[in-house]
Amino acid sequence: METRGRVWKFGDHVDTDLIIPARFLNVSDPEELAKSCFIDLRPEFAREVRSGDIAVAGVNFGCGSSREHAPWAMKAAGIAAVVAKSCARIFYRNAFNIGLPVLESEEAADMLQDGGRAAVDIFRGAIRDMDTKRVFFAKPVPEFMMEIIQSGGLLPYIREKQARGV
Amino acid sequence: MAMTITEKILAAHAGREQVSAGELIEVDVDLALANDITAPMAIRMFNELGAKEVFNRDLVALVPDHFVPNKDIASAEQVKLMREFARKQRIRNFFELGETGVEHVILPEKGLVLPGDVVIGADSHTCTYGALGAFSAGMGSTDVGAILATGRTWLKTPAAIKLIYEGACGPHVGGKDLILYTLGLLGVAGAVYKTLEFTGEAVDRLPMSHRFTMANMAVEAGAKNGIFVPDETARAYIEGRSTRSGRFYRSDPDAVYEREIRIPVDAMEPQVALPHSPDNVRPISALNTVPLDQVFLGSCTNGRLEDLREAASLIRGRRVAPGIRFIVIPGSPLIYREAVKEGLIETFLDAGGVIGPPCCGPCLGGHMGILAEGEKALSTSNRNFVGRMGHPKSEVYLANPAVAAASAITGYIASPDAL
Repeated sequence: METRGRVWKFGDHVDTDLIIPARFLNVSDPEELAKSCFIDLRPEFAREVRSGDIAVAGVNFGCGSSREHAPWAMKAAGIAAVVAKSCARIFYRNAFNIGLPVLESEEAADMLQDGGRAAVDIFRGAIRDMDTKRVFFAKPVPEFMMEIIQSGGLLPYIREKQARGV
Repeated sequence: MAMTITEKILAAHAGREQVSAGELIEVDVDLALANDITAPMAIRMFNELGAKEVFNRDLVALVPDHFVPNKDIASAEQVKLMREFARKQRIRNFFELGETGVEHVILPEKGLVLPGDVVIGADSHTCTYGALGAFSAGMGSTDVGAILATGRTWLKTPAAIKLIYEGACGPHVGGKDLILYTLGLLGVAGAVYKTLEFTGEAVDRLPMSHRFTMANMAVEAGAKNGIFVPDETARAYIEGRSTRSGRFYRSDPDAVYEREIRIPVDAMEPQVALPHSPDNVRPISALNTVPLDQVFLGSCTNGRLEDLREAASLIRGRRVAPGIRFIVIPGSPLIYREAVKEGLIETFLDAGGVIGPPCCGPCLGGHMGILAEGEKALSTSNRNFVGRMGHPKSEVYLANPAVAAASAITGYIASPDAL
């Protein structure tokens, strides 16, 4: 499964208040949340992001609040994958749970340029800079979490498990 | 093999003799928690899973605290959804206005969390309960929705960092200063995925309220959980609050830690986290004059009775500086009532402060004290990210309740010694 899109590049320690400020958390519908995604950091994001785009970030992406509204807002806005040097624990877990894959690669996060184009093969963990043709490989994801992504998130994963009687 | 207290609690809940750092395990959950921001999404996940009944209606707590009393129609709808779910599922621990307060203040107060428990909440500050020797961690709504249905969740057993606080805290220095200092040392990503185990004679002397403050902010270093070995102070706290007795685990003397850090506290001053990160910490004497617009005393970090008492002891007989908005929010109705009885509320009112109903208040920029562009606030809460309490160009400084009191009186960030 390869996804291609524009790179939206962010810095280190981008917290979930910056992904979606609390003043917009009086709703929980992902489409509504998407309208305010990154509003204080990149006001043009919600307007310009397209389906399949890739968020690229530095260290500790998604730190702070446990609000799952953050990955939901990103996913509903069109972000297909997150490439980061590292992610905060709760964000990482939430992203996989809702079917938004996260790939951790320091090199890719350094080399990919804002506004450039990239392709991400989630299952191979490959990140391709379509402008420079360089390919980077992400840190392997635990097999169990890859199964969650393959199912499309934690809920479909649990439902599949229940259907198999496991 | 030797285990830490965290490993022992997780092993017991995974039905195992032994677990060690890095292992993926599945554990039984003793209490699942969600608030008015995260519960509606967790309930949606629960319904999408096709579940009919929660795994145990006595082991679920739903606490409306972020945007209550309902700040607008949309937030009223969120609380309504939560209330209806609680009624339908006959969840006793749904707290209506009048009973509700800041989730991490009222759950221990009501005896819903005990030493040795596993508590998972759809709120990052769920780690607060580590103060009682419980394993508690924040997760998202999908995880909590799945727990509501199954009563179980998966975890990666965290490696631990042992913090050893040596000596004794001086006057007006306490849990908030120890944790801010520690955050300055570790950084906001210094403990990602890990346990922070708080030990040493300096914390052994601290009352529960200060321990809650410290465990509360473990997540600000990225930690999965923060924990204290429960002692007589913890035992005295839970006395009479619950019919259960709790399980008092201790770390083995030869338990394995990834790091051990010794922190001498004797000469420590009050600490302040400068904008825009909780690890941007300085001793108060290193600050230049910072004039303020607002001071907030409250939150799951410092909205407890002891916090209000300490602030009131400095404010009594004084007036808040002109131009300062001094907002006090007791963490629970019980704390509010005690604060009235003890005359603390009168002290704050006499000084020119304003009292809000028990809730999260302005901590997360929801309501009851939002900052305008360019304004500066000193807050006893836990986060000072860009835009946390309002306008993206406002600033938040974090400190302890005594510094909050001194700052409200002087109008700039001040040490209690300045009074």
